[in-house]
Amino acid sequence: MPASTPKSAFWRGFRGGLPFILVIVPFGTLFGVVGTEAGLDIFQVLGFSFLVIAGAAQFTAVQLMSEHAPTVVVLSTALAVNLRMAMYSAALTPHMGAAPLWQRALASYFMVDQTFAVAHGEFENHKRPARENVAFFLGAAFAIAPLWYLATFVGAAAGTRIPPEFALDFAVPITFLAIVAPMLKSLAHVAAAVTSIVLSLLLVWMPFSAGLLVAAAVAMPVGAGVEIWMEARRDSAE
Amino acid sequence: MIQLSSLEIWTIIVLLGAGTFLIRFSFIGLIGERQMPGWVLRLLRFAPVAVMPGLVAPLILWPPATGGETDPARLLAAAAALVVGLITKNVLAAIFGGAVTLYAALFLIG
Repeated sequence: MPASTPKSAFWRGFRGGLPFILVIVPFGTLFGVVGTEAGLDIFQVLGFSFLVIAGAAQFTAVQLMSEHAPTVVVLSTALAVNLRMAMYSAALTPHMGAAPLWQRALASYFMVDQTFAVAHGEFENHKRPARENVAFFLGAAFAIAPLWYLATFVGAAAGTRIPPEFALDFAVPITFLAIVAPMLKSLAHVAAAVTSIVLSLLLVWMPFSAGLLVAAAVAMPVGAGVEIWMEARRDSAE
Repeated sequence: MIQLSSLEIWTIIVLLGAGTFLIRFSFIGLIGERQMPGWVLRLLRFAPVAVMPGLVAPLILWPPATGGETDPARLLAAAAALVVGLITKNVLAAIFGGAVTLYAALFLIG
């Protein structure tokens, strides 16, 4: 086996990221279309994909902006969707924490579901120096990010030419359900999701989409609580 | 439709970008290798399932495109996306299942 270098690590990461093109391209195109349909111009749509680079949060923000939610609600709800990335950041720290600050900042910008998934799997299986891990991570980002920008552009350019019969209004709910369904892997996750649904429907009368924030703030501890309860039950059964 | 000025839209984009970067940078950049309390990590793990279902539930029951009237085609499509996602654990398959169901139902039911 040839000695591993940052350069070879970069290309290994690149190859690891390639399968995710299948997810990134349709998702980015859809964001371009939905953003344009909602009334954003092409620079604003691209601004989201370049500066935020987080699909689910981008859809959330555009949806709430269409519903005339105040800026504070748009920001806090979209950022809540991105809170999972703090977990990614924590999980990657043991593997990349020793790299120079600028490399860690660059990796942070590219920290998305897909790069995290590829990199974390690799880092758990192979212990390598932080420099090589950063190179691997950036390689995965190099497979994913450019196509995310490009797909957004293509969707935005095509967007307004799509007639209403295509029912694109429903692209966001379907996409979100499709993202959430595979996450419902334990009773605790289902409990959090059901709490979120029930409360947001009961609180739909609250102004400025505040009901969603309340629902999320309750659903998180409900999920955590059920998980603790399940772990305690399992431990006592052993 | 979004009825915000260009400045307001760019403010949201830039602040959301900055906030998202800070979330990503949080541990790896600022906290370093210090350990986080377990309960914080546990709460963070549930953030996506606590936010996204609540966001879409009203859109599915009362779609703005039909003037807020419950639409059988959209309900079926949502159910299909959920079921396919639960079974396959595959995001793209679930989107595809939801979209096909939506178009089939809109064509058949109208």
